[in-house]
Amino acid sequence: MLSKKQARAFFLGGTVVTFLIFIGLTIYSFSKAQDQSNNENITEAVVRGKHLWEDNNCMGCHTILGEGAYYAPELTKVIDRRGEGYIKAVLTTPVDWAPNGRKMVAYGFSAEEASDLIAFFDWIDDIDLNGFDTVVSPLAKDN
Amino acid sequence: MKYKSQKVAYWFFALSMLLFGLQIVYGFIMGFAHAGFDNLHSIIPFNTARAVHTNLLVVWLLSGFMGAAYYIIPEEAQRELVSVKLAYVQLISLAVVGVTAIVGYHFNYWEGRKFLEIPRPLDYLVVVNVLLFLGLILATLFKGKRRTTTALVLSMGLLFAALLYLPGMLPFDSQVKDSFFRWWVVHLWVEGVWELIMGGILSFLLIKLTGVDREVIEKWLYVIVGLTFLSGVLGTGHHYYYIGVNKIWLIVGGIFSALEPLAFLAMALFAVNMYRKGEKRHPNKLALYWTLGAAIVSFIGAGLLGFAHTLPQTNLYTHGTLVTAMHGHLAFWGAYAMIVLAIISYSLPNMTGRKLYESTRGRMAFWMSNIGMIGMTVAFGVAGVVQVYLERKLKMEFMEVQKQTEIHFVVLIICATLFLTGIILYMTDFYKHGKPNDEALEVQPI
Repeated sequence: MLSKKQARAFFLGGTVVTFLIFIGLTIYSFSKAQDQSNNENITEAVVRGKHLWEDNNCMGCHTILGEGAYYAPELTKVIDRRGEGYIKAVLTTPVDWAPNGRKMVAYGFSAEEASDLIAFFDWIDDIDLNGFDTVVSPLAKDN
Repeated sequence: MKYKSQKVAYWFFALSMLLFGLQIVYGFIMGFAHAGFDNLHSIIPFNTARAVHTNLLVVWLLSGFMGAAYYIIPEEAQRELVSVKLAYVQLISLAVVGVTAIVGYHFNYWEGRKFLEIPRPLDYLVVVNVLLFLGLILATLFKGKRRTTTALVLSMGLLFAALLYLPGMLPFDSQVKDSFFRWWVVHLWVEGVWELIMGGILSFLLIKLTGVDREVIEKWLYVIVGLTFLSGVLGTGHHYYYIGVNKIWLIVGGIFSALEPLAFLAMALFAVNMYRKGEKRHPNKLALYWTLGAAIVSFIGAGLLGFAHTLPQTNLYTHGTLVTAMHGHLAFWGAYAMIVLAIISYSLPNMTGRKLYESTRGRMAFWMSNIGMIGMTVAFGVAGVVQVYLERKLKMEFMEVQKQTEIHFVVLIICATLFLTGIILYMTDFYKHGKPNDEALEVQPI
């Protein structure tokens, strides 16, 4: 029967080994040859857009890359679905945008801020998502 | 209660109760918004309610874990805490940081990263606070007369939880990397080191409640936390399927996260077997309910319901839908909320000297909250499956689908009301126990 000492060795050994593999895989998946995160196309506008995305907790309602709060639409491939004009209107409007009655906070972004956010969405759209983009955004797929 | 300083735990538990109540209020705000009644939108928009709801959960659970540690460590190490005064400083600073963050969320003061919304300056205060806590716990442990496995596993969980907070503070320009390392915190907390904390508390409770030999319980504790890390660390991969990283994670995450239920199954079997094996019948039945309940419900919520959407083929469709909320609710309730409620139920009579072991109110609290939460989980599940099918198979518009799911949120609100009633009963019990006092010191725990 298993002794306490063996049980402890199993715990410590298993933890160290899996953690080392985990770190190894992390390094592997961000290595230049394997990277599929569209890293080279991050411009200053994309970074500004990301900050706006975070400062306003957009993820608190929307999802992006499938992550967020499921209260508002997924925004991966949103440009393909809606077009830039529509997105700009939503972002800059001074009154609550309320499609089908569900309200979005009226952020009243400036035209520049709106175009930074669009740059951010545009960058997101070119990430290789292992097929998720085709499921999450049926209309984009049809195009 | 054997040591005077264990009384500190009471105030951490009281803070837990307060924040837990508030968390439920914000949950209701979101439930109503999903059902089509977003009347509070102008004051508390959904993203505020959401950030408050999840962050309050984290803070009240942490406060509960800390209280548990302040109660358990002196008893395991067989000495008083090194400083009671500093423990109170730590409690107050935890409350101040937590409340500041929560208030800030109402004024757009946040970081907007799921679960880690606390703004950067407050992050540093969290780090200082946790360091103070760890200092007190570890100093007590190492100055103590004995170092038990239970105490070591609990302290290790708390130490790693603190260390793993750090990757979440790394700044990245890439949303993909941001997300990738955010899961180092969130996943490795809840499916890794928090399970050490849970295991430590569970083991302490089983030793006290069943009377089974410590050596036996602690041996299995190692096996369980071993299984947890063996599956859970690489299981992080299930968050990496579709966020823009290599396909290797589909295989690694798929295999290892499919093994994650084993750790929870082992935990449930372990708790039930120790209970059966135990010859001692501790009079505190309520604590036993919550302890065994935590082990069993965590297996269902975290183990089974997690498995339900963890394989990449399924997750391709369920990623980013209400199916996640279904799993999240029962998992957190079973694994962490219930274990905190278990240690409170066990320690409260010992700290206050009022042995309200056999109250109908206490048992009603247990059953109503559990049945309510299971009902909520089912409501989320149905809404989630409807969303997946209509939106991702039939290609319906997001909001059209949301209209279809409103009715499920009405069901959710009804179940949540039952849940809330249970929690109010639990809190009433907490209040009726009165304050901790030194007279309780004479009463040795059985």
